[in-house]
Amino acid sequence: MRRLRSVAWHAGAVLLLIVVLYPVVWMISSSFKDSRDIIGDLDLLPAPPTGRNYATAVEGVAGISVWRLFGNSLLLAVLSVIGTVVSSTLAAYAFARVRFRGRGLLFALMISTLLLPFHVLIIPQYIVFQRLDLIDTYLPLLVGKFLAVEAFFVFLLVQFMRTLPYELDESARIDGAGHGRIFWNIVLPLSRPALITTSIFTFIWTWNDFFGPLIYLSTPDRYPLPLALQLYIDQTEATDYGALIAMSTLALLPVVLFFLVFQRFLIEGVATSGLKG
Amino acid sequence: MTTIPARVRYGDATAGLLFLTPWLLGMLLLTIGPMLASLYLSFTDYDLFDTPEWVGLDNYRRMFDDPRYLQSVTVTTAYVALAVPLKLAAALGVALLLNRPRLGQGLYRSAFYAPSLIGASVSLSLVWKSIFSDDAVVDRGLAAIGLDTGGWVGRPEFSLPMLVLLAAWQFGGPMVIFLAGLKQIPGELYEAAAVDGAGPWRRFRAVTLPMLSPVLFFNLLLEIIGAFQVFTSAFVIATGAAGGGGPAGSTLLYTVYLYGRGFVDFRMGYASAMAWMLVLGVGLVTALLFRTSRMWVHYAGDRA
Repeated sequence: MRRLRSVAWHAGAVLLLIVVLYPVVWMISSSFKDSRDIIGDLDLLPAPPTGRNYATAVEGVAGISVWRLFGNSLLLAVLSVIGTVVSSTLAAYAFARVRFRGRGLLFALMISTLLLPFHVLIIPQYIVFQRLDLIDTYLPLLVGKFLAVEAFFVFLLVQFMRTLPYELDESARIDGAGHGRIFWNIVLPLSRPALITTSIFTFIWTWNDFFGPLIYLSTPDRYPLPLALQLYIDQTEATDYGALIAMSTLALLPVVLFFLVFQRFLIEGVATSGLKG
Repeated sequence: MTTIPARVRYGDATAGLLFLTPWLLGMLLLTIGPMLASLYLSFTDYDLFDTPEWVGLDNYRRMFDDPRYLQSVTVTTAYVALAVPLKLAAALGVALLLNRPRLGQGLYRSAFYAPSLIGASVSLSLVWKSIFSDDAVVDRGLAAIGLDTGGWVGRPEFSLPMLVLLAAWQFGGPMVIFLAGLKQIPGELYEAAAVDGAGPWRRFRAVTLPMLSPVLFFNLLLEIIGAFQVFTSAFVIATGAAGGGGPAGSTLLYTVYLYGRGFVDFRMGYASAMAWMLVLGVGLVTALLFRTSRMWVHYAGDRA
């Protein structure tokens, strides 16, 4: 009886999983199909599979190779990770481990920005960057990352750092260490799980970001992948579905790889801090 | 906020502010400054090239005579009202399914979470557009069971539900939070309920739901705020020459219209006023939610 119920449970869960993962499987299988078969053909398995879509996809869009677009995305994502991790960690240490006047107030301010729709900020930010003649550069997309603007990550790191025993700081203090050393030698190494979560989420969100590049970038040479995908639809009159789906699949490859490697950190990060995504 | 034990807290304003410098700069230059600027701009006519011209409340007044604006409010309200409950129901359903320890539990949890990381991407918007278009999988599948829809992408009555499904499909975030909440519920409560003869449904109503209500509230808040700001899927799927909103304005989400007015037409004053109305709207909904939460959110300690 118990065994039967367990089998039924697994059968139900797998069935549900098939439904949920269907769009992903559809995308991968369609990327190996002939362009004409993608919409109408209901068979999940391509017959016979073709690599032509990937060959077309690699050629890229508007004369820009897909490698160039990958490079752009990678540059943006890596710099964003560095900026976010450095600036958010510093801020989180101050909130979690240093005592000073006004800390509570500033912390409340930080939390309140979590609720603020970013649309209120985007127009004046755009105007400022336009005045500074920085439109169509990566700076508008990166400056905020180096200034800990994503409050979610500061919050996540604060929550994590608060779980570390304060006795460590105390004994380091007795040994004559200042905040710089306590931060670097004690808190930072122990915060590794939270740092990894922050890095991975920053990477994936930057990699998938569409709105920022859409408003700030205008030269296709500088586009990251999501924007190039959009360009591809706009440019090809009768869209080559095969190449489009192949490019979409390629664009998600790093995200999927990261997910497979770091899923434990990602899921625990969400559970403990309520990250969106 | 938990307090730092007094013996560790050595007063250190300089160190604190030093560590906070990047964050403080960001707060001033990229958050508070822009907020004030945007408030000012919302009372002006500004096209990015000429100097802003003060027009008082004109932008706010004009919204109520702007059919596209009013439509974007209707579309967004419908989207939030449909997407949030559906997504949370899916999240809670799957969380309950995965709650008991079973073989491969972690694997299931990861697999169900996967769509949440890729769902907001342009890639998945394109996939969605493909599987919901005329004569594609969904269309044919529904026709096979006698529900002829004739494709979802191009039809005003189905285009928004298609976006809602894409949102609900990304139920992984709230699901993981629900799972963490379910783990906190003491098993004795279920045992006591079972002794009293409560069936599964009764146990869910009397134990799970009340014990989970703080987590439910948290998820609800997060998802509502998120849903108000959705952009990519609507913009990419319903592109069209004018940049989104099609067909027939049925997917003209607030953010899509705001983008159009601000960054296509360069009506920066009007777009700023729209942004502030959004803040007002989100603030109002949040306040309302907090208010009603007293009636249905039970925190440990005030159990009667």
